[in-house]
Amino acid sequence: MSDDHKEPNYMAVWWGLLVLTIAEVAVGYLHFLPKAGMVISLVSMALAKAALVAIYFMHLKFEKRTLATVVIVPLILSAILFVILVPDATSPDRIQPPAPAAEPAGGHGEGGGGEHK
Amino acid sequence: MSSHAATVPASTSIESPLRITSGKLIMWFFLVSDAMSFAGLLAMYGVLRMGDPHWPNPQSKFDIPLTALNTFVLICSSLTMVKAFTAAKHGDGPGLQKWLLATMGGGAIFLGIQAYEWTHLITHGLSLHQPIGATFFILTGFHGFHVLSGVIYLTIIRFAARGGRYLGPDKSGPVEITGLYWHFVDLIWILVFTFVYLL
Repeated sequence: MSDDHKEPNYMAVWWGLLVLTIAEVAVGYLHFLPKAGMVISLVSMALAKAALVAIYFMHLKFEKRTLATVVIVPLILSAILFVILVPDATSPDRIQPPAPAAEPAGGHGEGGGGEHK
Repeated sequence: MSSHAATVPASTSIESPLRITSGKLIMWFFLVSDAMSFAGLLAMYGVLRMGDPHWPNPQSKFDIPLTALNTFVLICSSLTMVKAFTAAKHGDGPGLQKWLLATMGGGAIFLGIQAYEWTHLITHGLSLHQPIGATFFILTGFHGFHVLSGVIYLTIIRFAARGGRYLGPDKSGPVEITGLYWHFVDLIWILVFTFVYLL
């Protein structure tokens, strides 16, 4: 509590978050980047914003390094688990979601329509 | 084991290796486990989305400018939350009350805009039967529930703070812990906003 660190410049952090948010919306909304560039820049800007919040607003910078380790390790493990899922999610052998069903013409109100195709 | 065991001083201090209060430590543990819940939900969303060639462009479904405004509201409420903690640390009672109220207001505005957004989307046919609807409602709903809990948490702290209970550098701990929760909710929204709305 009585940590003697000097107060970080919270306004500057707020400006940083604001500028990154505007940049994110610009990249995501205006589509001036190719798809891969858009994904990479959006993800890195989101992670930068999350890091700003954790480091300054949540005071991780002013805690002992051990706490930051305790916090970050499970998140890295989660990220690895997510990456492990990627090949399965994108492989051709995956369970395909049903294609959007074509509306049968004038077929509304017919219950149990799965019988006659 | 050691033959020198008897020489250990009786007053061995049992100090936390992290040098933080137990309240703060437990809040951090809760936040890490909560982050894992969100990681699971985000992974579910990622797998469903990457595996579905018919996934619609989110911008054709969601109102990006409105949600960007909501993101801005939540970032501002994080700033008012650190102002509240600073006021508590410096013994500024009226300031603490004022900034806590501003933070609660930010959370309430966020929830109001989200309620409007949900109503609009539901009346326009987005539902749990579509993968984009299911992942959207589950992710933003779980997050919105956190915001609601945060507003209730802030309300409780604000009423408990009357009478100067949390004023001063040694007593402002509960306000800092509330802030940890609130900033975490902001942090999660940053990720949800990017992955669900912008990507």
